[in-house]
Amino acid sequence: MQGKGPALSYLCVKVVKPLYRIVKKKPLNPTVTWMDVEAPAVARKAEPGQFIILRVDENGERIPLTVAGFDREAGTVTIIFQIVGATTEKLNRKQEGEFIQDFVGPLGVPTHTQDLEKVAVVGGGVGCAIAYPVAKKLYQQGCQIHSIVGFRSKELVILEEEFAAASTKFCKMSDDGSWGEKGLVTDALRRLIESGERYDRVIAIGPLIMMKFVTKLTKEFNIPTTVSMNPIMIDGTGMCGGCRLSLIQNGQRVTKFACVDGPDFDGFEVDFDEAMARSAMYRDFERHAHEEACNLFRGGKV
Amino acid sequence: MPNMSLKKNEMPSQEPHIRSQNFKEVALGYTAEQAVDEAKRCLNCKNRPCVGGCPVNILIPDFIAKMAEGDFEGAYQVIAQSSALPAVCGRVCPQESQCEKYCVRGVKGEPVAIGRLERFAADWHNAHAAEAPARPRPNGHRVAVVGSGPSGLTCAGDLARLGYEVTVFEALHTAGGVLVYGIPEFRLPKAIVQKEIDGLKAMGVKIETNMVIGRALSIDELLEDGFEAVFIGSGAGLPRFMNIPGENLKGVYSANEFLTRVNLMKAYQPGSDTPIQRARRVAVVGGGNVAMDAARCAKRLGAEEVYIVYRRSEAELPARAEEVEHAKEEGVVFKLLNNPTKILGDEAGAVCGMECLEMELGEPDASGRRRPVEKAGSEFALDLDCVIMAIGTSPNPLIKSTTAGLETQKWGGIIVNEETGLTSRPNVYAGGDAVTGAATVILAMGAGKTAARAIHQQLNG
Repeated sequence: MQGKGPALSYLCVKVVKPLYRIVKKKPLNPTVTWMDVEAPAVARKAEPGQFIILRVDENGERIPLTVAGFDREAGTVTIIFQIVGATTEKLNRKQEGEFIQDFVGPLGVPTHTQDLEKVAVVGGGVGCAIAYPVAKKLYQQGCQIHSIVGFRSKELVILEEEFAAASTKFCKMSDDGSWGEKGLVTDALRRLIESGERYDRVIAIGPLIMMKFVTKLTKEFNIPTTVSMNPIMIDGTGMCGGCRLSLIQNGQRVTKFACVDGPDFDGFEVDFDEAMARSAMYRDFERHAHEEACNLFRGGKV
Repeated sequence: MPNMSLKKNEMPSQEPHIRSQNFKEVALGYTAEQAVDEAKRCLNCKNRPCVGGCPVNILIPDFIAKMAEGDFEGAYQVIAQSSALPAVCGRVCPQESQCEKYCVRGVKGEPVAIGRLERFAADWHNAHAAEAPARPRPNGHRVAVVGSGPSGLTCAGDLARLGYEVTVFEALHTAGGVLVYGIPEFRLPKAIVQKEIDGLKAMGVKIETNMVIGRALSIDELLEDGFEAVFIGSGAGLPRFMNIPGENLKGVYSANEFLTRVNLMKAYQPGSDTPIQRARRVAVVGGGNVAMDAARCAKRLGAEEVYIVYRRSEAELPARAEEVEHAKEEGVVFKLLNNPTKILGDEAGAVCGMECLEMELGEPDASGRRRPVEKAGSEFALDLDCVIMAIGTSPNPLIKSTTAGLETQKWGGIIVNEETGLTSRPNVYAGGDAVTGAATVILAMGAGKTAARAIHQQLNG
């Protein structure tokens, strides 16, 4: 879509909505993009931990992305996404001033931030974009935040300054040692815990395998742990069950919907192996679709 | 001169082996000659029991009399006095348990094909209607409607016709509710639903998609914002699972997810970005319309074998008779008196089969239907790569959990006064599946009309 939309009143209830305008766009690293999208209805209510669902165009699939920030006055919502498939590829091709077809939210239950005094926030890769608003909110509330942030290598680092500014202690980890210390976020977390740090809660957000291993660690020390689940979603409002995951509570398997019961869950209860299997459901389709999308752009057809 | 034929005029339809490979509408509609001929089967009998059989009491013999004269537009106008969505209802109503059940022609032979006639009249009107109805003069009152399914659209339409400024809030990105995400294209072409929605917009109804009431705005905020009444038509979209082992394997879907991917997101079309598993051997668990829809969609996606697995017998199947018939014609295999116990998976965590037990019917349960009882030692397994759970839905708890003072049943249905649709909150009304649990389009429509009447009474004295 070209051109700018009509002037918007932010009293979204009274005005028929145009499409959602991209107000700002910047690359954070070669595969991660920051976007501010004009969506007043969402910006009014969004809280850290919640997410939106968007469609890039009329044939688009619905995908969830976490709210990385919001400006209630400007009526904009920040999304930070990694370009991993056809839809994020198409999204990344949109420029400032262009429009997204659909943008709905805020969905999910906001992260619980009451009664916390000292928290370890563990962010992995692009999961840091999701962890950051939570860390920021807690830090602004006066909570002591120990942030442990890990990336594969220096080129992939995002939000370094922002995270540092919202942390009492900031540990930088990289797989190859090119940024901060060489090692895994779990190494850093273990070290802190074993050196005597007492956390009210650990909040871990990142790839499923990372959250699984953080939880394995915190279970040893019985530190309450919140994880943020990111399953495949379709509607995001609880009507399809596509995002379902299992919690093991008192030896019983309980099914929850990440879109309405989550996305935050008690890390000790989550069946990560099942979640990892389920997230690979459309791998072949996704690979094929991503290739097609890239080819379309390369061929200059879009 | 009445037509004394004991049989209905046959509905022209796509051949089963052709239609099971496409998503085009199965029933093609009567010709004008067939419609007139069928209309003449009505005796215009004294008691007109069909009218009472209709949940919204359409004056059936009156519309049929017009059809017999060839006045199809006149017939439509009679129907439109009572029904907001005749093109939809003519296609999806379970006439065999409503109007046609009571038709006196049904005593000796087949009832008059009332549903097919309604469809014809509605389609005729849509194809030939002159211009859009005039936009009514605003009466200065604003009403909010939550949900753009049949009950919401009906309530909005009736109020708009009376001059109310109506805004409909829809959570999904397209309006229509179950009419677009649930009922497949081959039963209800989406162009028909779009026509209804365009008609509402022409009357001044505002439809705001991507608005989840209970998240972006609460019901209380709607009232604070100046809406004088709110109608909740949020449906029953929460899927039920059996909680048997293996239900979270890859390839197990709720019918809602499966149908949403196929119908709303058009995953069957090559241009769509939404993935769908093109399963080879599918079992759909359940016996209602949703189960039939899922099974027939699975067939159309190329499955070699599609089973309906239902724990009771054919007589108890809740689905519309025509859907069961069409499903059988399309090659869906009915495994009746069978119940799943466990879904089996392979090393990659994907479905590879399902274990079932045979059942027999015992004493009636709370629903009045005979209770299925397991037959010991009757285990068997089906070889599958996809299982679809179509065992029912209940109201989404989001509205209840974000609206203080809104009373609901334990299972989630909003409690209302039956005559008015008023809930336990003043100025807040509800109807359709959000109240009754999953039911029919026509009941939802009726509830939308009831509430519109009550809202009008309340706001206009």
